[in-house]
Amino acid sequence: MPQIEIFTVISDLFWSLSMASGQAAESSGGMPQLDPADWSTQLFWLAVTFGLLYLIMSKIALPRVGDILRTREERIADDLDRAENLNREADEALSAYEKGLADARSKANEIAAETRARVKGETESRQAEAEVKLSAQAAEAESRIAEARAEAMGNVAEIATAAATAIVSRLLGNSPDDTSVSGNVRSELDSRGIK
Amino acid sequence: MASNPLDQFRIERTVPLEAGGIDISFTNSATFMVAAVAVITIFMLFGARQRALVPGRWQSMVEMSYELVAGMIRDTVGPEAKRYFPFVFTLFMFILVCNLLGMIPYSFTATSHIIVTFALAAVIFVGVTIIGFVQHGLGYLRLFAPEGASLVILIILIPIEIISYFIRPISLSVRLFANMMAGHTMLKVFAGFVVSLGAFGFVPFAFMIALTGLEVIIAILQAYIFSVLACIYLNDAIHLH
Repeated sequence: MPQIEIFTVISDLFWSLSMASGQAAESSGGMPQLDPADWSTQLFWLAVTFGLLYLIMSKIALPRVGDILRTREERIADDLDRAENLNREADEALSAYEKGLADARSKANEIAAETRARVKGETESRQAEAEVKLSAQAAEAESRIAEARAEAMGNVAEIATAAATAIVSRLLGNSPDDTSVSGNVRSELDSRGIK
Repeated sequence: MASNPLDQFRIERTVPLEAGGIDISFTNSATFMVAAVAVITIFMLFGARQRALVPGRWQSMVEMSYELVAGMIRDTVGPEAKRYFPFVFTLFMFILVCNLLGMIPYSFTATSHIIVTFALAAVIFVGVTIIGFVQHGLGYLRLFAPEGASLVILIILIPIEIISYFIRPISLSVRLFANMMAGHTMLKVFAGFVVSLGAFGFVPFAFMIALTGLEVIIAILQAYIFSVLACIYLNDAIHLH
């Protein structure tokens, strides 16, 4: 251990310094530490005080401090455990919430798709119905128009013949032959594309 | 006050006592050892009395000292040395507080006496040796013979290892005692200069302020070094290097 060696050197330095200063005042006797007459009392009181201190420390003080430290350590470990548990619970709750949310969302999508499909189907069937109905009405209307037109066209020849007869009789003063009039009208109408 | 810088290390008997012909007088040294025990006990017991989950300043300091020594043992020896934790903690706190109490002017530094530091070092030395033999039996002697060394090297190495092993209590005790004594002696010498230099006394006085700071650091550091070395010796005894 280098730091111990450094302080050994320092202590040696101090030692020689103190020796030098001690020798200057040597006249009144040497170091009191080297007087064996003082040793027995020091050893006795050292044994008593050190022994007493050892007893107090080992029986009362150190167990108490050790107890405090252990209690704190346990408490901290407990708290950490609890925090971890709570954290895990929170994670679980979060994942459960997310799962529920995803479920709800997919269900909502399903319902929406179903509804959309149903509405679409209904609309289509109704539209088809309406188209059928409308085309039936249109067909009816067309046939009616065709009928009316045929009827009207049929009348055209008669009216034209009557009108031609009337015009001729007014102009010539005699009534023309019916068949020749109607034949002329007929051919005239045919040439114009009217039936 | 005497001008001799070594007078501060003199043992003064306050209550003369004797047991079985042995002098066990209560002295200034004993006073400061008892004071150290009182300070540490109050520090530890009152600091931790609330057993607060969130520690206050005092309790934080108590926990820091606990964790400093616990970390020291864990790092140098390992978790199997947990049973020696109370001893190392007592050792560290006792030396630390004795050193720091000695920094108070007119106080006495119990750890500035070689007999005190040597007794502590001897307890560690003997204790570590016993632990080593209990854990490994005669195999503990392998501590002196590093594995994989050739015979020639072993012949040189084993005596060196044995000498360095037996010199441990001496180096351990002299380091602490010498540091404490040298620092206090130097402060005293400088204090003498403050008086003798008169108007220029502020120069050594400024030195003394800086030195006092250094001494406080040394007081803490030497307590730490003493306990770390005790842990390293313990590691040798448990793990054989």
